[in-house]
Amino acid sequence: MTDEQPFFRLDWIIDNADMLALATLEHIALTLIAVVGGVLIAFPVTIVIQRRRRLIGPVLGFTGILYAIPSLALFAVLIPFTGIGLLTAEIALISYTLLILIRNGVAGLDGVEPDVVEAATGMGFSRRQRLWRVEIPLATPVMFAGLRIAVVTTIGLVAVTALIGQGGLGFVIITLGIRRAFETAILAGVGLSVLLAVLADRGLVLLERALTPWARQRAQAS
Amino acid sequence: MEIVGEVFAWLTDPANWTGSDGIPTRMQEHVVLSAISLLIGLAIALPVGLAIGHTGRGAGAVVAIANVGRAVPSVGILGIAFTLTLPLVAALDLRNIGTPAALIALIALAIPPIVVNAYTGIRDVDADTVEAARGMGMSERQVLRRVEWPLALPVVLAGVRTASVQVIATATLGAILSTGGLGRYIVDGFARQDYPMMVGGALLVMILTLTSEGLFAVGQRRAVSPGLTSGQAHHLPEPAPGFGL
Repeated sequence: MTDEQPFFRLDWIIDNADMLALATLEHIALTLIAVVGGVLIAFPVTIVIQRRRRLIGPVLGFTGILYAIPSLALFAVLIPFTGIGLLTAEIALISYTLLILIRNGVAGLDGVEPDVVEAATGMGFSRRQRLWRVEIPLATPVMFAGLRIAVVTTIGLVAVTALIGQGGLGFVIITLGIRRAFETAILAGVGLSVLLAVLADRGLVLLERALTPWARQRAQAS
Repeated sequence: MEIVGEVFAWLTDPANWTGSDGIPTRMQEHVVLSAISLLIGLAIALPVGLAIGHTGRGAGAVVAIANVGRAVPSVGILGIAFTLTLPLVAALDLRNIGTPAALIALIALAIPPIVVNAYTGIRDVDADTVEAARGMGMSERQVLRRVEWPLALPVVLAGVRTASVQVIATATLGAILSTGGLGRYIVDGFARQDYPMMVGGALLVMILTLTSEGLFAVGQRRAVSPGLTSGQAHHLPEPAPGFGL
């Protein structure tokens, strides 16, 4: 590293555009696996504990502890059992999504007005129908708020998995940037990661709007 | 399952409890770096959050800080702090190249949750209560200090708790910038494939995190103003990290 080198080297970005694109795609894939896995676990758990309320405390307590454990420590504890690689990375990433998804899921279902639930029962809905056609749709905004936080948080955490050979943009930030004291790679990796988080968040807002058309109609009517 | 015994052996080996690479030293480095960062972050973030919460001016800035804090990966903040401190480290010819960067990154990470919670805590104080305090002739300063602050304290502490979890976690990551602290065991253990050391270090980090969580949980409970403890409705906590325990 010489002093004449500019702080930000655009030529490096251009020369490595393919690599950066690939790292971004890998980042997206790692995030998607974690969030989809998290939802697949959190959703049924939410439905169960929202009914059996004495389970709420222990479940949120346990996922809260998982959430508090630093990612590097969680990787380290998992490695002897699940090896260095995708499995370890995803177990850790998924476990970080659970607290947010479950808490918002329960809060969303709790927020459905009892009158509405009663009306559905009165109309002859079975428990299952009521859940899928009334309660879950009405809980969607709060559940989506949790999903957005989980996605944005995961995008940030994926970078750390570079330390165990995964990482997406984390590879650019840590391996190419920090380890070699190369500013351009650090800034490029962080910039792309933030961009990804912002775009994912916007995308989820649009998806939520598409899934809850009644919310918009109500907003227009009032 | 051999690893369990090996980790236990590593943790109980007296050789690992002495010297500059010993567990007490590493633990102390970790705690001191985290505590200093948290205190500086608190000194910056608390007045800002309280002022915005009290006056209601600048609420947009709080949202912006919260979003940035969430979207920028902690490794990214470490990296950016590293690029900013590189010239300084070179100019001063510092031996420990990572510590200034880690300190800046940890302070930056501590700020958003504290600002957000201080703001929310003050803002959510019942407007009638504040009005009553003003009606009693309290000055704005007195309203903030004697009415809003005690009522907001549990929420403020929740923010400090979130910040503390983040700071301890990222102080661990600081090891990739060759700082001290417990992260050294994990990063070095990984590099040398010394799994007992790596897992032992990870367990120590977990103990530190959970101790901090536990202390804050107790503090939060004690901080609830005595007038509020009776008849409080049970409700789910806000979707902010650090509430779970």
